[in-house]
Amino acid sequence: MDDALTRAGRALRVVLLVALALLFLVPFYLLVRNGLATERDITAPDWTFFPRVLQWSNLTEVFQDPNLPLGRALLNSTLIAVSTTAGTVLLASLAGYGLARIPYRHANAVFYAILGTLMVPAAVTFVPSFVLVSSLGWISTLRGLVIPTLFSAFACFIFRQYFLGFPRELEDAARVDGLGYWRTYWRIVVPNARPVFAAVGTIVFIGAWNAFLWPLVIGQDQEAWTVQVALSTFTTAQNLNLHELFVAAAVSIAPLVVVFLLLQRYIVAGVERSGIDD
Amino acid sequence: MTVGGSGGAVAEHPPPSRTPAVPDAGRRRPLGARLLGPQRRNLWFWAFVGPFALGLGLFTYVPLAWSVYLSFFDAHNTVSPSGSDFVGLGNYTAMVTNEAFLGSLGTFALFTVFIVPATYALSLGLALMVNRLRIAQAFFRSVFFLPTACSYVVAAVIWKLSIFNGVRFGLANTVLGWFGADGTAWLSTTDPPWYWLVIVTVRLWLQAGFYMILFLAGLQRISPQLYEAAAVDGARPGWQTFRYVTFPQLRATSVAVVLLLVINAFQAFDEFYNLLSDARGYPPYARPPLVYLYYTALGRDQNLGLGSAGAVILALIIALATVVQARWFGLGRKEE
Repeated sequence: MDDALTRAGRALRVVLLVALALLFLVPFYLLVRNGLATERDITAPDWTFFPRVLQWSNLTEVFQDPNLPLGRALLNSTLIAVSTTAGTVLLASLAGYGLARIPYRHANAVFYAILGTLMVPAAVTFVPSFVLVSSLGWISTLRGLVIPTLFSAFACFIFRQYFLGFPRELEDAARVDGLGYWRTYWRIVVPNARPVFAAVGTIVFIGAWNAFLWPLVIGQDQEAWTVQVALSTFTTAQNLNLHELFVAAAVSIAPLVVVFLLLQRYIVAGVERSGIDD
Repeated sequence: MTVGGSGGAVAEHPPPSRTPAVPDAGRRRPLGARLLGPQRRNLWFWAFVGPFALGLGLFTYVPLAWSVYLSFFDAHNTVSPSGSDFVGLGNYTAMVTNEAFLGSLGTFALFTVFIVPATYALSLGLALMVNRLRIAQAFFRSVFFLPTACSYVVAAVIWKLSIFNGVRFGLANTVLGWFGADGTAWLSTTDPPWYWLVIVTVRLWLQAGFYMILFLAGLQRISPQLYEAAAVDGARPGWQTFRYVTFPQLRATSVAVVLLLVINAFQAFDEFYNLLSDARGYPPYARPPLVYLYYTALGRDQNLGLGSAGAVILALIIALATVVQARWFGLGRKEE
């Protein structure tokens, strides 16, 4: 009887999982459905699960709309996300390693000063940061969009926790061989810590790609719009073309979904070994 | 700190004269040597941490200090206090007696009460179910994790204009129609407050998968021997095993998850802004603190002094909540 119960429980679990998975996928489906539907089909009072007509021309139409510089926005988002990721990973990993492995009397104080900024809400620093960036003349520039966002306390925290749990023997061997901190870091630590680099890199990339408020304020010229800003200005426009909006939104998440599915293994491994919860 | 100018080779082979093997207690070491520390470790510490700390100081602490300074002035339309009236704590008293601001804190509290337990339960449940799967584990993990790649802007488009589209027919109203129920204008109905359903489900969908991964990691670290021991002691698989083995072993993960969830809830802005505001403005209900401050500081009034005061109050509340929580859970004890 126990066996039957266990089997019933397992079946129930699978049914529940499949149902939840479908629920999680519905929004993605709607994005694609509306992106490929006609305007009439989206707004029809008798809403249907499948669109009546598949309008593939939406895909090319959205790139030709002069009000929505989608190609340029995609390029900007790519440049911003790539440089933000590279810069953040470099700076935060160095800091995390220093905090975890170089004995220094005030290391804990420095660590808490960094960690404390996690609690600072965006609203507190948002206006003065804007003034700082504009007085530097960085409005609507790649510098202004990237540099102020490079110092992620969260990334530093993850790296520190990871390096605390990193086997010391490897580094000790390197030290005995006469390598200093610098070369130990580049030759021993980085190659052995690839999963955490991939994990943090992906998380930062997603965050940079999806960032909204900062690019909205700093990227004032249309030339400097990111994908998110372009989408949001599109929603507030007077002539709201839903089919264009949905196909643009779908196009905007496509690169991330690809990055994500390719690197998912590393993200999971990185989080697992990062010791975020130790 | 100018001594280290010769680069990497210096610290790798420290000259013995600078770092005597037996420290001489009677004589003070030269200031430079003391600043550098044994084997110039202080220098190396700052070489690694310095660039990051400097940037964080410039782009977080400097604006923070600026905000605090500005909050003592009646600064409209300007972020430089010169020319504005010094009002002392006036902005602060105005803020803590302002019903709209207090209401925004109430909104935040309500939002936290909904979203933290809901995300916690859903992500833990997903992790437990996915962890036991022998087949298709990677598939289910990917499906639940995938929304993490979505932005609030994109999610708001889907939620507002497709699922919970109250004006025209949307998915939610279509499904309700199958059961013969009337459609609802989800985002503008305040009694009952259906807009909460929209706001909570967006965030649940976007963030549950990320926390599921944290729980999965925690689950995989639990030693199988613990389960064997529990079985020997007569714990039945299922609830008892979860209650006495799994859940206590996940304590560290749970602490991190709750802490991150609360901090993130405090910073809620994107979905409230994207879902509820439209060409006509923002409704007075369901404004969390950040949205309220955004409209105070950057809205028509441009009251940056008042907005800064509110932001400082908010920051203090967050800091207090985090410290209390950390103490309560004993976070950081290991490091001391």
